[in-house]
Amino acid sequence: MSAPRTVGGSSAEARAAWWLLSPALLAIGLFFAVPLVAALFLSLTDFDLYGIADLGTVRFVGLGNYTDLLADPRFWRAVKNTLVFAILGGPLTIVAALFGAVLVDSKLARWKGFFRTVYYAPVVTTLVAAAVVWRAFLHPTFGPVNRILSAVGIPGVDWLGNPRWATLAIVSLSVWRTFGYCLVIFVAGLQSIPTSLYEAARLEGAGTWRLTMDITLPLLKPTTFFVAVITSVGLFQIFAEPYVITRGGPLEATTSLALMMYEQGFRWWSLGRAAAIAFLLFVLILAASAIQLAIRRLRPEEG
Amino acid sequence: MSRSCRARFVLALLAATCISACKRNDDGRTTVRFWAFGREGEEVRALVPEFERRNPDLHVEVEQVPWIAAHEKILTAYVGDALPDAAQMGNTWIPEMAALSALAPLKARIARSKSFDRGDSFAGVWDSNEVGGELWGAPWYVDTRVIYYRTDLIEEAHAPWPPKSWDEWRTAMERVRALSPDHFAILLPIDEWAQVMTLGLQRGAPLLKDGGRRGHFDEPQFRAALAFYTGLFRDGLAPPLDQSGVANLFQQFAEGYFAMFISGPWNLTEMERRLPPEMQTRWATAPMPPPEAGGEYPGTSLAGGASLVVFRGAQQPEGAWRWIEYLSEPAQQAEFFRRAGDLPSRRSAWKVTGLADDPRAAAFLTQLAQVSPAPKVPEWEQIGARLAVATEQVVRGARTADSALAALDADADRILEKRRFLLDRAARLRATERHR
Repeated sequence: MSAPRTVGGSSAEARAAWWLLSPALLAIGLFFAVPLVAALFLSLTDFDLYGIADLGTVRFVGLGNYTDLLADPRFWRAVKNTLVFAILGGPLTIVAALFGAVLVDSKLARWKGFFRTVYYAPVVTTLVAAAVVWRAFLHPTFGPVNRILSAVGIPGVDWLGNPRWATLAIVSLSVWRTFGYCLVIFVAGLQSIPTSLYEAARLEGAGTWRLTMDITLPLLKPTTFFVAVITSVGLFQIFAEPYVITRGGPLEATTSLALMMYEQGFRWWSLGRAAAIAFLLFVLILAASAIQLAIRRLRPEEG
Repeated sequence: MSRSCRARFVLALLAATCISACKRNDDGRTTVRFWAFGREGEEVRALVPEFERRNPDLHVEVEQVPWIAAHEKILTAYVGDALPDAAQMGNTWIPEMAALSALAPLKARIARSKSFDRGDSFAGVWDSNEVGGELWGAPWYVDTRVIYYRTDLIEEAHAPWPPKSWDEWRTAMERVRALSPDHFAILLPIDEWAQVMTLGLQRGAPLLKDGGRRGHFDEPQFRAALAFYTGLFRDGLAPPLDQSGVANLFQQFAEGYFAMFISGPWNLTEMERRLPPEMQTRWATAPMPPPEAGGEYPGTSLAGGASLVVFRGAQQPEGAWRWIEYLSEPAQQAEFFRRAGDLPSRRSAWKVTGLADDPRAAAFLTQLAQVSPAPKVPEWEQIGARLAVATEQVVRGARTADSALAALDADADRILEKRRFLLDRAARLRATERHR
């Protein structure tokens, strides 16, 4: 497009642009900004079931919801659970996805499309259906997982009844469910690395290990960063897996922040408290993303 | 639920209410809108033609709501002013709906009506409909929980049966447990609060105090109930499974993984349907035992079931009331039982249908004479969930009973804070009014 000819023309163009943008802006304002501000306001009140009946019972509590939450060991328990999910699940997902991507992308691999589909399938399955199958798999006495373990002489564990194992079970389900998506992104990243680099390095006598460490991983860094952010944001908001598999138990060991928020809001109708949890979760995700960004900025020469 | 998903849900709801609200009847009849849940919503339709024949000026429109969405949908409709005229209502929800002032009072109407006879019904069930001295619902069908058990295992173990005290019950469990090392005596899902609360009610534990203003679990009666309950897990009589850990109740019951479980009448038909034919002669039901030998038999169980309510904002309160009166008549109660299998709230309907002579249903009839509702505060479900967590902590050894109960009282006090504030404010207002 040519440069604007006159000042008037440019403002007419700008006006047109605003007109064209207005439906999107309106939608964003209506469905994003307004609820956001409303939720922020809600988090400063004790709006609950009684408030639904009679607005006169709603009290403005200032930062009361926030101070209550920060003093509540159950909130910190949920923060800890959420962090454990993110710290365990994030790297596992990335390693699994990268490993899978290298295998699928390998020149030696046959039926690449088939494997890509197989690995991607969990992403598009209905979580509830998958969760039912997982639950049956992990049943302490009737589940195949424990049967296989005991067949090779390892005593089975109560997967969903023991707080530690239940956390691991939820993380595994989450990794299984999301790694296919990351794998597809990694495959795209791998394919964008020019083969000439590998050929040149091979001529210089580099082995597979050197190729991976000095070409594949550095050049995949932007992809890895993207995948890391997406995965960790997803894991910080983990809800469906514990909701369907353990309902937050045993002993609230798998109650994530998002699950706690749901329970407070839509099970007990403490909407003010739930809104406050939402904002604290937002701060947590923001902080985690900022840390990841800072790590990446620290070493710009590699990025 | 994501933001866009929620927005779509609200839009769909709006559209649905508009369509139903905008509908007019051309034939001059008044339309009464009625919500019923799950299977009941399907089966109650069959009772409509007779009602419309008797009331030519009325037309009943039944809308079926899935059970799982019912509670949320009623609340949303209440906020959006889109409630029907009348509905079925789980009686544990009545205190909450009464606190919302969503319901119309029914006490005076019921007292005047010829369709009701409280002597022909179950006192504990009526009690569950009463909040603050007013009746907010009329019992439609009733349920309570009794013990389902394997007759063959009980016999083989020479267990004292039916148990007439907690001691006897425990002895029965120990003997059944001794039959096989990898089978259990009883299934008590660890994340359910109903059983441990029922045991508390049996001992006369108040659960809450100061008119439902504070928790009162840390007291001798409830402590005794908790000790009995958690002892069953500690001594290996009950497996520490939660509801999701029970892969298939019927299959595991048939395999003898456990010999007893506590459940409601819905499982009478389910068991007949799902247990293999050779199991059909090997199970029965028994009422709950009282805590002490020689105590009143049976011991208390939970008063459950569904009631019929008229909403305060009903457009057709008269029509809605006539519909509810009709559904409460013994003949309609009997007909509804034949269709839906829900236990009638009228004793006379039990006789008409032959239900009173069915040995498996008889345990329910005996039990229904001795039922009591959960504490009638809108926050009870939330406190109950904390009760389940506290019980689980004790069972899994994460906490001692003393510390779990103290924490439970603190939780209950926190949950009831708003209720205390509102009750005290109302009391202050009344006091100033008197002063003037």
